[in-house]
Amino acid sequence: MHHGAPEFEFMGLWFNGANILMITIASLVVFLIAVLSTRRLAMKPTGMQNFLEWVLDFVKGIINSTMDWKEGGRFHVLGLTLIMYVFVSNMLGLPFSIVIDEKLWWKSPTADPVITLTLACLVVGLSHFYGVKLKGAKGYGEGFFQPMKFLFPLKIIEEFANTLTLGLRLYGNIYAGELLLSLLAAGLAHQGIAGMIAAIPLTLVWQGFSVFVGSIQAYIFTMLTMVYLSHKVSHDH
Amino acid sequence: MLTNSLVLGAAAEAGHHVNYGDIIFQLIMFIVLLALLKKFAWGPLMGIMKQREEHVVSEISAAESSRAEAKKLLEEQRNLLKEARVEAQTLMENARKQGDLQREEIVVAARSEAERIKEAAKLEIDQQKEKAVAAIREQVASLSVLIASKVIEKELTAQDQDQLINEYLKEAGEGR
Repeated sequence: MHHGAPEFEFMGLWFNGANILMITIASLVVFLIAVLSTRRLAMKPTGMQNFLEWVLDFVKGIINSTMDWKEGGRFHVLGLTLIMYVFVSNMLGLPFSIVIDEKLWWKSPTADPVITLTLACLVVGLSHFYGVKLKGAKGYGEGFFQPMKFLFPLKIIEEFANTLTLGLRLYGNIYAGELLLSLLAAGLAHQGIAGMIAAIPLTLVWQGFSVFVGSIQAYIFTMLTMVYLSHKVSHDH
Repeated sequence: MLTNSLVLGAAAEAGHHVNYGDIIFQLIMFIVLLALLKKFAWGPLMGIMKQREEHVVSEISAAESSRAEAKKLLEEQRNLLKEARVEAQTLMENARKQGDLQREEIVVAARSEAERIKEAAKLEIDQQKEKAVAAIREQVASLSVLIASKVIEKELTAQDQDQLINEYLKEAGEGR
């Protein structure tokens, strides 16, 4: 259902209370999962340590598929945090949503374009930063005129397009998933007995699909992050 | 209600203003999360993975070196065994040769000893025979002298002489 956002103004800036809450919760969940899993590290890994090591290797695989590990190694921590944060954020809105006074409090933080575009801008900004840092200002500047000089305008457009698509893809997938879930749970389920019976399997199926979409989107977001970083960082392009 | 839900759009949700506060909050939270996780989770985890990698590498090299050492020891032992076998063979050969030699010597010595004893016995027998013959000869001589003297002492008839000879012969037989 479409509900209002619990917005408020603080120190001249506008905040969405739901976003603040959910960002904090998602960060906390990621932090707790990661830290609790690595409390008792052992040479012979067990349980959660195995899982986290698998995530580590998974992200390593993503980075290795886009660039040399010599350059990509520095993005390992970023990729790990991104994939975990985005995944947890995508999952948060699936089990339920909380609406208080017609205002939506519990949702996925990634179901808001402001949040996803912030992450996308962070990623693209980092790509420019590391482009200058690793290739020098000259090498970075030349990157805009390769392979052909007349492609320069397209290269500029590409930067903005990358940022927009990276953020909006994630937002669109998650927002659409949650919107349909809320339609099923709060709309169809309230249209009498038949509606409720029909809503149960549909909601179940759509939740399962949303878990799949959320995982894929977390993977895609991390993958594209590494692709954009490698475009700016790698020498062979 | 359903139609109401279909009113989409971020602009409508965000209202007339952009939530810059959310942007700043998200940025700060993400960077803080990144830093905290790097310090408390990824760092130690990568450390232990690196450590394990090094452990595996060192274990492999240790296993390789110990295998090489075992191979060397095995070769050494094999050589020692071969040497010992050869030595044992030569020792046995020597002992057999020595034994043969000794047997030969003993046989020769025994044979010569037997020969010597036989010679000595033969010599003794000859000596005894000689002595006996000498003794008989002596006795016969003295007897004949005695008979002759008796014959001379008494002039005897043939009859008497026979009787006498018989007597003496008898006497001699008893004396023997």
